[in-house]
Amino acid sequence: MEQFQVFLQLLPQQLVNGITLGATYALIALGYTMVYGIIQLINFAHGEIYMIGAFTGLLLVVYFKINFFVAIIGAILLCVPLAMLIERVAYRPLRGSTRLATLISALGVSLFLQTLMTLIMGPNAQGFPEIVKDTIYTVGSVRFSLVQIVILLVSSIFMVALTLIVKYTKVGKAMRATSESYETANLMGININRIISYTFAIGAALAGAGGVLVGMYFNSIHPMMGVIVGLKCFCAAVLGGIGSIPGAMLGGMFLGVAEVMGVALGFGTYRDAIAFALLILVLLIKPTGIMGRPIQRKV
Amino acid sequence: MESIFGFFSDPYINQILTLTGVYLITALGLHLITGLTGLFSFGHAGFMSIGAYTAALLSLNLGTPFILNVFIGGLAAGLAGMLLAFPSMRLTGDYLGITTLGFAEIIRIVFINLDITGGARGLAGIPRDTSLAIVLVIATLSIICMYCIYDSRFGRALTAIREDELAAEAMGINVLFYKVKIFATGTFFAGIGGGLYAHLIQYLNPADFGVSRSFELLNYVVLGGLGSVPGTILGTTVLSLAPEFLRFVHEYRMLIYSALMVAMMIFRPHGLLGGINFRKLLFDLIQRIKSRVTLSKDARRGQ
Repeated sequence: MEQFQVFLQLLPQQLVNGITLGATYALIALGYTMVYGIIQLINFAHGEIYMIGAFTGLLLVVYFKINFFVAIIGAILLCVPLAMLIERVAYRPLRGSTRLATLISALGVSLFLQTLMTLIMGPNAQGFPEIVKDTIYTVGSVRFSLVQIVILLVSSIFMVALTLIVKYTKVGKAMRATSESYETANLMGININRIISYTFAIGAALAGAGGVLVGMYFNSIHPMMGVIVGLKCFCAAVLGGIGSIPGAMLGGMFLGVAEVMGVALGFGTYRDAIAFALLILVLLIKPTGIMGRPIQRKV
Repeated sequence: MESIFGFFSDPYINQILTLTGVYLITALGLHLITGLTGLFSFGHAGFMSIGAYTAALLSLNLGTPFILNVFIGGLAAGLAGMLLAFPSMRLTGDYLGITTLGFAEIIRIVFINLDITGGARGLAGIPRDTSLAIVLVIATLSIICMYCIYDSRFGRALTAIREDELAAEAMGINVLFYKVKIFATGTFFAGIGGGLYAHLIQYLNPADFGVSRSFELLNYVVLGGLGSVPGTILGTTVLSLAPEFLRFVHEYRMLIYSALMVAMMIFRPHGLLGGINFRKLLFDLIQRIKSRVTLSKDARRGQ
């Protein structure tokens, strides 16, 4: 009971922490949801893109002493061509074959990148230097650290930019058309291959940025960091309704808050299970996620 | 003869072959779920761990006979599979896959947090009761079991569900019932495999039953040829022995292994033996031999 009272007192603080964590989840979940929306593939390599983004950020900041914001751009510049290459080599030849085949291919890519990064960077966790001064601002009883503000700011900028791209540009329109129906979009003169490539690129940009932000927030990055975070973010995307962009943002935030609350309530050791338990619960109530459209069965 | 016995009694080779057999039994369970019925399961290792821990804890605490423990482990895994299947079978495709994955992760995290399972330190001191002979017998029984299921009304209903669920339902097949049943059967085999694994390795750690193990099992089933028992056998044998053969490339072996996974899927998306009907091949062969025999008889008569 006492713990619960403490929990209530700290509720606003937990909300802030949860939303910060959730913002990074949302960034990564967006990549999953967009790719799934267009080619119905769980892109398991997405978690590895995020990991590589984090490492790139670390290298740029530590060895090249580059400004943190430039490091984010650097990570994006590496992740985008990488994701497009992965799509070209491992997914495009498999378009039209069974779901499982593409899935295994994605798993292969994911394993490949993990091993490669373990060979290059070593298996141990590495710390991020303190790049953003740890200043703390207090509003009422809630404390914001500068890192949290930077994370919230950067991820909001990215999410707004993404929404604008998808809603108002020609590429965005083509993306929506392609995710609606492959063949029809093709008949309308949309170059499907290019649009799918762009989708991977945008997803990778968000994941790369997310990687740098999370690396900075948790101060620990290692070659296997993409596995569990990738799965959790996919859960977030499914929670929100896969294929839906606002759904992924909502799902990410929801998951972040739920996780922080769970830890605050004393389920710290079950931290990674919270995401999956939530996912199973939501799917059982609404099989396509919170904002997902119902699946129609056609004969 | 002597040298063959020598080969199998070499502890290293014996261990690897036994382990391959254990994986085969587990993979056959997944073959029923994913290959035969077309349901995605990304959490097979979780059910394997339920069987493993149940059997190991029975052996350690109650001292009941080994085979019985393994069997109870299988039942426990099957029960867990059934419990998961009832609510989640209305999910389709990737949603089901991700739910099973989540369930397996939850099981893993629960095992880390329980006291009785030794937590993250793992469970040690399990007696070594699994031998190559026992595994071979159980694997053979499992394979026979697969063919029995194939030929039964049950198996044909499952194939119908895989090919077209809606049509199957229209033909009067109780889709939900069959799906739950096959999920329980498949996870039962995972539990048996887990129990044997526990008594072979003699040490259990929740980390051994993570997502990567589940996907490894999925690889065994898909790369050999989805929906084919010889394919599953081939896939499991090749893939579980591959890391041993690739030892000479040291740290690059996982790199090669993963690149091969991608290449395999690009060049043979249905797996090594996918799309090959062995029974038809065998039947054709028999027919050909028969016709040749009758031909030569005719020829002799003609002379």
